[in-house]
Amino acid sequence: MLLISCPNCGSRDETEFHYGGQAHVPYPENPNELTDRQWAEYLFYRDNTKGAFAERWLHSTGCRQWFNMLRDTVTYDIQAIYPMGTPRPDAAGQLTVETGTASLAPDSTTTGTAAPSTSGTSISGTSTTPASTTAPEGATK
Amino acid sequence: MSADLLPEHPDFLWRNPEPKSSYDAVIVGGGGHGLATAYFLAKNHGMTNIAVLEKGWLAGGNMARNTTIIRSNYLWDESAAIYEHALKLWEILPEELEYDFLFSQRGVMNLAHTLGDVRESMRRVGANKLNGVDAEWLDPKQVKELCPILNISDNIRYPVMGATYQPRAGIAKHDHVAWAFARKCDEMGVDIIQNCEVTGFVKDGNRVVGVKTNRGTINTEKVGLAAAGHSSVLAEMAGFRLPIQSHPLQALVSELHEPVHPTVVMSNHVHVYVSQAHKGELVMGAGVDSYNGYGQRGSFHVIEHQMAAAVELFPIFARAHVLRTWGGIVDTTLDASPIVGNTPVENMFVNCGWGTGGFKATPAAGLTFAHNIATGSPHKLNKPFALERFETGALIDEHGAAAVAH
Repeated sequence: MLLISCPNCGSRDETEFHYGGQAHVPYPENPNELTDRQWAEYLFYRDNTKGAFAERWLHSTGCRQWFNMLRDTVTYDIQAIYPMGTPRPDAAGQLTVETGTASLAPDSTTTGTAAPSTSGTSISGTSTTPASTTAPEGATK
Repeated sequence: MSADLLPEHPDFLWRNPEPKSSYDAVIVGGGGHGLATAYFLAKNHGMTNIAVLEKGWLAGGNMARNTTIIRSNYLWDESAAIYEHALKLWEILPEELEYDFLFSQRGVMNLAHTLGDVRESMRRVGANKLNGVDAEWLDPKQVKELCPILNISDNIRYPVMGATYQPRAGIAKHDHVAWAFARKCDEMGVDIIQNCEVTGFVKDGNRVVGVKTNRGTINTEKVGLAAAGHSSVLAEMAGFRLPIQSHPLQALVSELHEPVHPTVVMSNHVHVYVSQAHKGELVMGAGVDSYNGYGQRGSFHVIEHQMAAAVELFPIFARAHVLRTWGGIVDTTLDASPIVGNTPVENMFVNCGWGTGGFKATPAAGLTFAHNIATGSPHKLNKPFALERFETGALIDEHGAAAVAH
């Protein structure tokens, strides 16, 4: 079981949380202009990274707030926990910011209180896939 | 149902050749689906100058980790067609492959615990019958007659209100299935190359012309991906995306017991599926871990949850012990149906997205995927499962409809 450090409540068992899938997937800016292919990308395609993966979690039986986590999908090591609406705190996140593909608008569920913090050893930033602007929010399983 | 029925552990059934510099087709993934694909490529399409590349050992991925349930009682026409075709192949394969892998048609029961379950189950029985799939509805008394150790008391949290039953469903010895396919492939000249990990693809424009591996580059005219949980990784190497999320899926066995469980019982609602292996272990599984994972292991609370469900349904299991737990990496899609067909890369084909239920489909996945690779266009059974459906919206939504806990 994962031991997850909620930014508001501290370390709690994974059973208190709900998984939200890939992070940094903003709603399309101009939905009416999307092609079927782009809608497919937004609705059904998510990164399926082997390695450092930015994902959303909800502390559903605690503070009921969403937050982002950088977690290795092979070792399951939690590398960083950071607020929604802020870029992922590793190389891939920098890349995303520089290319301007991620929405930096604060999420409506963001508490905005927790600063990006690294709880793991090192952030490898092995993922080379920047978050797609057309990747979907919502259904993750 | 006892140890003396098991076949002797076989001698080596296939060669371990060095990879050649080129093949007519290369299958990536030496699990059940990859081996079945190679088998049908050789048998049905005369393609014997082909290789199956396996990064680990043969059938050591999900083929070694599943709970071996075989059934075809899916709701939608497209699913029923491909899974029922698979079931019909399972029925003839032991003879065709000249290998008794102990396909035991002991039936599968899918329990209903709520009025909603009952309605959905009866609807599915009707749909199955219309599709030529054997299915019947059992009331709780009939459930008890078929599986006496099931608790059908009203006095539990989710009483058994009935079940669907598919008599032709069952289980098989998964390792032996893989070995049976591998032996026949080898006899027909297929090279099965273990410890050969794909590290990239060689493309000429948008056409794949080779596979890079840790044992050198192999030229090939066609590539079939059959790598389950690692399909996204391969697709990324080839330059396209798949609408797949890889999750850990765990299963477990008890120590050996006398035969107590005569059939296969699945419960979507309390979320466990249970059978008893030929040797005597109680074999159980449930749903995936919620997070994405490539680690071939999951969280313990998932196992705790399925054990709680199992003990409620089968009170005598309370005194059994967990002998072993393990995890595989399952490739889930958002409509809980597989992806079999062409890819955006020319001459590259994909068979993935079978999620938690790929074992049962092994023969039909192999048959249709081989057809697709050999001819360049889909078999009628896998045509609806094309990658394009996520764009056209023609989804085959088996979530909840498939009588299975996804």
